[in-house]
Amino acid sequence: MDVIIESLPQYWDGFLRTLFLAAVSGIIALVVGTLLAAARVSPVAALRGFSMAYVEVVRNTPLTIAFFFAAVVLPRLGVTFQQFEVAAIIALSAYTSAFIAEAVRSGVNSVPVGQAEAARSIGMKFSQVLSLIILPQALRTVVPPLINILIALVKNSSVAGAFFVLELFGYGKQLANDHGDAVMWVLVGVAIFYLLITVPLGYLAHLVERKVAIAR
Amino acid sequence: MSSVLYDVPGPKARRVSLIGSVIGVVLIAALLAWAVMTLAQQGIFQAQRWAIFGQADVWTLLANGIGATLSAAAIAAVIAFPLGLLLCLMRISDVAWIRVPTRIVLEFLRGMPVVLMMLFVLLVFATSSFIAVVAGLVLYNAAIFAEIIRAGIQSLPRGQREAGLAIGLTSFQSRLTIELPQAVRRMLPSLVAQLVVLLKDTSLGYIVAYGELLRAVQVMADFLGPQFLFPVFFVAAAIYIAINLAVSRLAIWIERRGSKKAAGGVAKAPTAGVSTVVK
Repeated sequence: MDVIIESLPQYWDGFLRTLFLAAVSGIIALVVGTLLAAARVSPVAALRGFSMAYVEVVRNTPLTIAFFFAAVVLPRLGVTFQQFEVAAIIALSAYTSAFIAEAVRSGVNSVPVGQAEAARSIGMKFSQVLSLIILPQALRTVVPPLINILIALVKNSSVAGAFFVLELFGYGKQLANDHGDAVMWVLVGVAIFYLLITVPLGYLAHLVERKVAIAR
Repeated sequence: MSSVLYDVPGPKARRVSLIGSVIGVVLIAALLAWAVMTLAQQGIFQAQRWAIFGQADVWTLLANGIGATLSAAAIAAVIAFPLGLLLCLMRISDVAWIRVPTRIVLEFLRGMPVVLMMLFVLLVFATSSFIAVVAGLVLYNAAIFAEIIRAGIQSLPRGQREAGLAIGLTSFQSRLTIELPQAVRRMLPSLVAQLVVLLKDTSLGYIVAYGELLRAVQVMADFLGPQFLFPVFFVAAAIYIAINLAVSRLAIWIERRGSKKAAGGVAKAPTAGVSTVVK
């Protein structure tokens, strides 16, 4: 038990880095994912094809493979990073954006047809229909699944700990090595810090879900 | 849906979109060409780097990696599913002292990175890495299965349970013989989608030194020399993605089959699983 209190500075540092990784990758993935979803429903066949292929391939790639590629294979090919955080953010945001794209697309499909028809009938272009009418409504309905994806992102960021980034899981491994006699408490400490992020987020998703359900 | 969002493109719009597509394709081709050139400068395409795939040993190692991946996934799935059913029944039990602790345990398991559970089992119980991988996968996926099936049970019409109770079944009998079978059937697409997640998560075994496919790549690169890292990684990644794509296709096929049946009178599967199956 003492080991948790003793190592609080490391835990705190790791906690902040986990939050940082998740926040930066989350924002990038939200933007890229929404763009991919927009491309998926656009009139240009090439954009649709690209978006579909990207989502299909990335969703079926294990995250560890993405990390291995970004952190081990890329440097061998001459793409070096000052910090491994950059590799982690690339892997996490590339991976998460595919899931965001799928969620947003299902949101677009859930908007009643009349909305798009009305928008077109008053002379809006595709870009206007999408950005002014469809996406604002679509994003609102997919907030709960998006939060769930972000929860998964927080948990997925733990893989970065195995690829040279000292976030919560990375510190957990290090501390477990240093305190061979108290491995269990070290890892319970890591678990508590993860739950500090994921449980409130899950609660938030639940609340939003209830609110949306009443609004509809 | 997509056609609702825009007018049928006229000649001008078609021309613009064609030009845009061509430019896009050219850009992507240029990017690919640049990547290939960079790789070629590193000597990636020298024949002897790929010649290792002519050796039986390399394929044996890769096959062992695939075998380890698939066996961990299969064993974990086979244990996790019944455990998930059990946890689901406990989660919706009428008895508060079963229901409440189960709920806390499920929240705990779902909020935890799988790799942390693997490391926990590996270090605390000092097991083999195989058991650690399987245990981590079982704990996490049983919790997810439980939540998916619970969503399925909640989506059933209330009359199902009422009818079961009315003909004199106990609450547990009604759950087991009337509600569970329907819920599992409804949630089959979500359950298979979660199997894909499980299969993908076996690659986390790399982190706890389980000899799965990615670890086999690492071992070969260490053994044969770093110049072989890229070819071996490339082939292993392709194998991984191909297996996952195949299972995903299976999930889509099951979903289509289910919705075809739905047209024949059975209620359509709800989409509640969408929010639970993200990874």
